[in-house]
Amino acid sequence: MKIDIILAGVGGQGILSIATIVGYAAVKRGMYMKQAEVHGMSQRGGDVQSHFRLSDQEIASDLIPMGKADMIISVEPMESLRYLPWLNPETGWLITNDQPFVNIPNYPDFDQLSAELGKLKNKVVINADKIAKDLGSARSANMVILGAASPYLGIPFEEIEAAVRENFARKGDDVVNTNIACLRAGKEFAEKL
Amino acid sequence: MSKTLFLGDEAVAQAALDAGLSGVYAYPGTPSTEITEFIQNSKQGKEGKVHSIWAGNEKTAMESAIGMSYAGKRAMVCMKHVGLNVAADPFMNSSITGANGGIVVVVADDPSMHSSQDEQDSRYFAKFALIPSFEPSNQQEAYDITYAAFDYSEKYRTPVLIRLTTRLSHSRAGVERKEARPQNELHIEENPKQFILLPANARVHYRALLGKQEKFEEESFNSPFNKYIDGTDKKFGIIASGIAYNYLMENFEGHKCPYPVLKISQYPLPSKLIAKMVDECETVLVAEEGYPFIEEQVRGVLNRTGNIIGRLSGALPRDGELNPNLVAKALGLPDTYGAPVPELVVPRPPALCVGCPHIDSYLAINEAMEEHGKGKVFADIGCYTLGALPPYKAIYTTVDMGASITMAKGAADAGLRPVMAVIGDSTFTHSGMTSLLDCIYENTSVTVMILDNSTTGMTGGQDSHALGVLGEICKGLGVKEDHIHRITPLKAHHAENVALIKKELEYEGVSVIIPTRECIQTLSRRMKKQQAEKKK
Repeated sequence: MKIDIILAGVGGQGILSIATIVGYAAVKRGMYMKQAEVHGMSQRGGDVQSHFRLSDQEIASDLIPMGKADMIISVEPMESLRYLPWLNPETGWLITNDQPFVNIPNYPDFDQLSAELGKLKNKVVINADKIAKDLGSARSANMVILGAASPYLGIPFEEIEAAVRENFARKGDDVVNTNIACLRAGKEFAEKL
Repeated sequence: MSKTLFLGDEAVAQAALDAGLSGVYAYPGTPSTEITEFIQNSKQGKEGKVHSIWAGNEKTAMESAIGMSYAGKRAMVCMKHVGLNVAADPFMNSSITGANGGIVVVVADDPSMHSSQDEQDSRYFAKFALIPSFEPSNQQEAYDITYAAFDYSEKYRTPVLIRLTTRLSHSRAGVERKEARPQNELHIEENPKQFILLPANARVHYRALLGKQEKFEEESFNSPFNKYIDGTDKKFGIIASGIAYNYLMENFEGHKCPYPVLKISQYPLPSKLIAKMVDECETVLVAEEGYPFIEEQVRGVLNRTGNIIGRLSGALPRDGELNPNLVAKALGLPDTYGAPVPELVVPRPPALCVGCPHIDSYLAINEAMEEHGKGKVFADIGCYTLGALPPYKAIYTTVDMGASITMAKGAADAGLRPVMAVIGDSTFTHSGMTSLLDCIYENTSVTVMILDNSTTGMTGGQDSHALGVLGEICKGLGVKEDHIHRITPLKAHHAENVALIKKELEYEGVSVIIPTRECIQTLSRRMKKQQAEKKK
């Protein structure tokens, strides 16, 4: 089993905690993992991406070849589209938040952006901000996105849940429970599609 | 033993600790910063009292490491590639003194210039200094090489260099650790002439270094980090160094590469292995990250045979990072591609954070400079370099650490008036103080803005040597007291700040204005920490 994921977002949106959680679950299963991150200048509100690779075999490259990614997981809609050259055009899935993060003057028209996302074959487009806010933690939108991606990860859901618990344990039960609720809500949304 | 997930940088740090490191010396610089931070936060480092406080710059870091080696202990120096330019003087001469306790110099290059002003290749520096160098291909090798590098350094009494690149520094994978070795005891260098580089001594040491070259190559030939993997199809032979080896192997996932492959992670180049490949194969592709360092040596200036290909021949791009697709194309394998990026996707460049003190500084600078026209503000390396981008477009130069003040001086010497330098607090103590001294010595007409956010911001908020002492430093260097001002970069102070800057721009001499407000990132982190402690 092998799964290649591009994680996308804007610097500061928390894409790396998605990677930390899935990575924890994967390593616990005895899988190999490689994860290339972006540190430095781009973290200041620029576009950021992480190449995240899991496999039961040893992994060679830290970067995913173009056209070979199984999934794009994005916390921002325009950013999800930036990495289409990496997504497998036949079998790849795009899972993204539909709430734009506007910090540039020439951000594209929202309707055109939705239309562009609509053209894709395999996609989960979700208002993660609203779901997270309704569950009491606007900052946990990334867990909603992770939940929406969870059916396609090839890792049992309980193990991802356990990794979420582990990741937030030192922040207390309230934080753990909110994040678990967000994760489950994301999963339910994706499964209803 | 079980595996731990480490960034390439962290693998280097953990290996150094396990190899009995006594001190790491470094100045923050992407992509090398995480090495030192890991040691600072490590329990093992704290228990072993491993020195890990940031140095003022890369030169002082290198010199401290030479001193620790002189005293018999193992020292590591970490920097980004351009940091090695700053450290070049002690680095080059450390190859002449040699090492007593092991010295490992870790340099993280930044091909594609993700966070840098050039993509220079540090392997040249190791060759220039005639010392061995290593180029790990993955995180495990980053660990194994660093662990072994200290022994190598002590065996041959020479500093060694480890070259990382951004992609390995900042990529995470499982790493298996080795047994931790105790630190060295203090033992001062026994030869009293070893570290005194008087010409008469240096000539002897230099000849000794030249004498070691053959041994270094023999080590490379026998190294477990260099591998000749035979293949049946001799149409191609492939020399792949560092992380390029992984990009090559990605293209042969699940089956063996049919061509002979020479994996290189240790230099000087093992010429016998290269000769074997060149003799056996029709065409030799050299895949390497950075400059065509290997390719140029293998094909030579005459390129008589014409069958050595790579970045110089055009088989691979001459600049930028490699990736699996580029290597595939060079081998004539099918390229892969997903869908094109939709036209509506626009670039999202990095920007100053909301609430950043530099924003208020630039708004004041722009208003004060407006009547003087464009092109008169010289800036430096840090978050405030983003002031070059809209909406500020406030600065006109950024070259190297400390250059703002001395470039402004050169322009003033040429007759430009008024000129302004913009430099950060940490960059100022790194390399700006001597520049300021030049201005003071000649009473140059220059207004120096030292943006004091009380941290080294761009690399993530490391402690700055300048904290709380900038005014004193400037006074001590000789700036007249009535031309040193601290101001608060906030909207509420905008009008008075603009008026003060305008006044100092008219002064024929050196003035220093220090806008002082904490970085919004370190401030919010500090607040969160305080709140958490209150809850406890």
